Amino acid sequence: MTQVDSNNKDEMSMKELGKHRLVASKLVGIAVLLAGLLLAARLCLGAPENASQNPNIFKPLSTPADSIFHLSLFVLGITGSIFVVVFSLLVYSIAKYRRRAGDEDREPPQVYGSNQVELAWTVIPVLIVLVLFLATARVIHSIQDAPEPRGAIDVTAIGHQFWWEFRYPQLGIVTANELHVPVSTISRPTLTFLTLLSADTDHSFWVPRLAGKTDLIPNHPNSMWIDPRETGLYLGQCAQYCGVEHAKMLLRVYVDSPDQFEKWVHAQQAAPVNDASVQEGRRIFESTGCLNCHTVNETVANGRFGPDLTHLMSRDTLASGLVPNSPANLRQWIQDPDSIKPSSLMPAMKLADGDLDHLVAYLESLR
Amino acid sequence: MSAITNPLSETSAAWKLPYRGKVGMACLIFAESAIFTIFVVAYLFYIGKSLSGPSPKEVLTVPVFITICLLSSSITIHLAVRALRNAKTRLFGIWWFLTLALGTIFLAGTGREWHKLIYQDGLTISTNLFGTTYYSLVGLHASHVTVGLIIIAIVMAFTSLGRVTPKYSERLEVFSLYWHFVDVVWVVVFTVVYVVGR
Amino acid sequence: MASDSIAMNPTDVSAKSITEKLHEWVVTVDHKRLGVMYILYALVFLVIAGTEAMIIRIQLMRPHNDFVSPQVFNRMFTMHGTTMIFFVVMPVLFGFANYLVPLMIGARDMAFPRLNAFSFWLMAFGGILLYFSFIGGNGLYGAGNAPDVGWWAYAPLTAKAFSPGHSSDFWTLALLVSGFGSVGTAINIIATIISMRCPGMTLSRMPLFAWLNLVMAGMVFLVIGPLTAAQLMLCVDRYLGGHFFDTQAGGSAVLWMHFFWIFGHPEVYVLVIPAFAFLSEIIPVFSRKPIFGYPVMVGATVCIGFVSMSVWAHHMFTIGMNSYANSFFAITSMVVGVPTGIKIFNWLGTMWGGRISFNTPMLFCIGFLFQFLIAGLTGIMLAVAPFNWQLSGSYFVVAHFHYVIVGGIMHALFGAFYYWYPKITGRMFNETLGKLHFWLFLIGFHLCFDLMHIPGLLGMPRRIYTYEPGRGWETLNLLVTIGAFVQGIAVLVFVANLIISYFKGAKAGNDPWDAWTLEWSVGSPPPEYNFASIPTVASRRPLWDLKHPEDPDSRYE
Repeated sequence: MTQVDSNNKDEMSMKELGKHRLVASKLVGIAVLLAGLLLAARLCLGAPENASQNPNIFKPLSTPADSIFHLSLFVLGITGSIFVVVFSLLVYSIAKYRRRAGDEDREPPQVYGSNQVELAWTVIPVLIVLVLFLATARVIHSIQDAPEPRGAIDVTAIGHQFWWEFRYPQLGIVTANELHVPVSTISRPTLTFLTLLSADTDHSFWVPRLAGKTDLIPNHPNSMWIDPRETGLYLGQCAQYCGVEHAKMLLRVYVDSPDQFEKWVHAQQAAPVNDASVQEGRRIFESTGCLNCHTVNETVANGRFGPDLTHLMSRDTLASGLVPNSPANLRQWIQDPDSIKPSSLMPAMKLADGDLDHLVAYLESLR
Repeated sequence: MSAITNPLSETSAAWKLPYRGKVGMACLIFAESAIFTIFVVAYLFYIGKSLSGPSPKEVLTVPVFITICLLSSSITIHLAVRALRNAKTRLFGIWWFLTLALGTIFLAGTGREWHKLIYQDGLTISTNLFGTTYYSLVGLHASHVTVGLIIIAIVMAFTSLGRVTPKYSERLEVFSLYWHFVDVVWVVVFTVVYVVGR
Repeated sequence: MASDSIAMNPTDVSAKSITEKLHEWVVTVDHKRLGVMYILYALVFLVIAGTEAMIIRIQLMRPHNDFVSPQVFNRMFTMHGTTMIFFVVMPVLFGFANYLVPLMIGARDMAFPRLNAFSFWLMAFGGILLYFSFIGGNGLYGAGNAPDVGWWAYAPLTAKAFSPGHSSDFWTLALLVSGFGSVGTAINIIATIISMRCPGMTLSRMPLFAWLNLVMAGMVFLVIGPLTAAQLMLCVDRYLGGHFFDTQAGGSAVLWMHFFWIFGHPEVYVLVIPAFAFLSEIIPVFSRKPIFGYPVMVGATVCIGFVSMSVWAHHMFTIGMNSYANSFFAITSMVVGVPTGIKIFNWLGTMWGGRISFNTPMLFCIGFLFQFLIAGLTGIMLAVAPFNWQLSGSYFVVAHFHYVIVGGIMHALFGAFYYWYPKITGRMFNETLGKLHFWLFLIGFHLCFDLMHIPGLLGMPRRIYTYEPGRGWETLNLLVTIGAFVQGIAVLVFVANLIISYFKGAKAGNDPWDAWTLEWSVGSPPPEYNFASIPTVASRRPLWDLKHPEDPDSRYE
């Protein structure tokens, strides 16, 4: 009949050995799987360096991320249980109903189906889906339909290729790449509501410890909110492919204490520093291509294509979170941006060394 | 052994399955409907959303005459196929020619309308959202009419050479399903563009 | 009977020259040869797209790696996804359908043989057009080249302003052309199944393989239509100055997303339903029992076909739809899991009480069951919209869909290859190499895709050519890369097996697996005319009836 069968005794003992090997390898497989799961759990909940800053959806520090986290535990519980049940049934059926020696000429009972069994395994999943859906709908509404309370901070985030523009309309602030928000405590709840716009392609704002991601789509304003309950720096990055340097459109959210936030706001609202010792640099800035893309308040530069530089030195990093904001890096960014962020839309300015020194000195004065 | 014969009484009864040409054409119509649906959805979505430029109310006139022509061509093609099935080849030729003529009038009328829109009203496919969606939807339909007319013309040529005989009536009936589909699409496009969208 | 076949017997000393033989293949309209051509075409592109994946994985194995530039990386993930879906999985599934459907329903060929050939060549040229972009895409300022907009090609990234040159045009036109081919093949499958079944084979006696391909073909129409429409609109935008997706003129980027995913989601069911078809044929034979619950299997598949048309925006949970829309798509996405889960239970029920033998085809099917279970469960997680707000656009999603496509569909495909290889070539494959392929691939698969879920949970987005160190992503990415390599080696073992067995394998005979459907009643390989005389059937398992005349299925159905 089939090629698989054989009546040879040696074959049979080989088969016994093969069966044992099969069972053993299955047990090994299960062990590996469990080990992997434990490793995964440790990696998710354990502590790599800079743990406090690193993204991790299982370590929420803001209400939207919290709601998602609790819902996800519920979902993982249900799916985990389903997995255990079905996995066990599969393993059992393979082990118990495998072909054994002496089976060659007999076919098992030809069972075509069973109405009761099939009904049961239709009804139970439908009930599970119902429960899951109710839990899901509740969280969807609690996050999306939350009304904006008074005293909330309004931020407009505008996605660009490949940087983030942040405007605070009520406070009259324009900055880039580093978002400062006040911490929200029980005694002093302060939500930050973000309106999300885009100047070019689609982007997505994702800081996992604060909230789920929401996209920035041109001609389609979106909104989201956060209420971080611990101060610190939170990392994230653009999560919707927006072009060649999508990978390097990083996000830094600074959650400040009320005092820190107030200090930051005042510094941002202050008039730009007009240091006489860097007039040469300012002249270069205002007479070369810089002013086509950048704005510095109270100068003739009011370009909107690139980040606002009025308080450039208040930022920790350059090029949307890629390199620390140091004179050397600033110099390199102006002269050869492709070495930091290849094909970003910042052109290499190709200035003479002397001009570049003056320009950097000027920009360094913009605190 | 490659044959399995298991004669049971049920199988000795006539085993008749649908004609594959009709099934194939039904599938093609189904697929084409999906394409047209998306263009119609886009048209409906963008009604009233143009930022500038001529609006439908300003420049569109309801094309009653060519619509009557196109829908009548459905009747003439049906009569043509019926005539061929009943072996009346000369009658078939007359109805078939009328179908060709009515379809051509429809296309010519669309061309005239587009000429006016482009040269008098300044509406092109790149003018605004209305222009883009209008020319795309009506143009997609017109391209299907064109393909149909080419096939009708080829059959007309064979008819005048006397090569079309009643044994081809089933195939021409399958083609007529396509032509009816084109007409039904026009009813939808007409409603969406000239009734709803204005 | 085997000696009647023209095509595949390698030991025949043929008087034909190489050019004559090549010519025969190029002009063929025989469904079996076209099926083989589809499958070989897909295998070639599998290796190419697999290489693209390797390039991606090498680049990501370390943070700040510079194995390839960002431009090349972005082309790699775009081409990898586009190739795998349109020029590997779809052709290979169409190939198997083409080969097997007429044989299984007792027909001599497909309903429209010339359309069949035309459809194959359209698909083939589409693939060549896509790859021509590597050398031919040098548009404005050399900004052409292979497409780099991702396989979903979101607007407005595909607008001329953000994708100058012709790379996006190659993407659009190649898929447009091959889409017409897909529609042609789908028309053929449906017309063949409806109009060319042998006497006695009512729809309820058809093999499940035919049923599931019927549903798949019906879905192809609803799937390719929206994609074609959206791509025509994109062409209007890019070439004629149209504004369908031009946000500066009031157009909507979200509209592209809707149209694309109305294609994109049911498309993955188009890909997985034929995989279900393979399982529904292989598992019964190696469990020695009929499929458990045939009518419900058909019903569940039709149900999946309908419900899957209503779930598309679960790919768009993050774009800012209102809470009612999000809730709607969440529930439909969960509901579609019910008929899908039912099928897993039905396969389990088939194995239950059987006598399972672990030949290579069955091993792959068993792998499918475990892995598709997990993939389905991560899919349920993704259907929970708020959870999706964290998981979408991250490596969790990449891991999920590779679990479905590689852990599920590819495993079923490997099973199908091993199961029908004897029928198509007339030779048995090497069982040892087959088992080596299975275990190697299993280890590589789990190393790669189990771990891949974790960086997603730790905030790693997808489509990034590099990443920052110190976020806990490095080790995981390295291990994922190693797993990818192991899978690559396994695939090479597979290809070697296919080739070696073709020349050295034992002769297969008509029915090496003791199976029950009509294709096992003819020679291996089948003669060009398939059946000397068209068979008449009285049950779902005509060969069972013949082998067990004392207890035929026709008594119970």
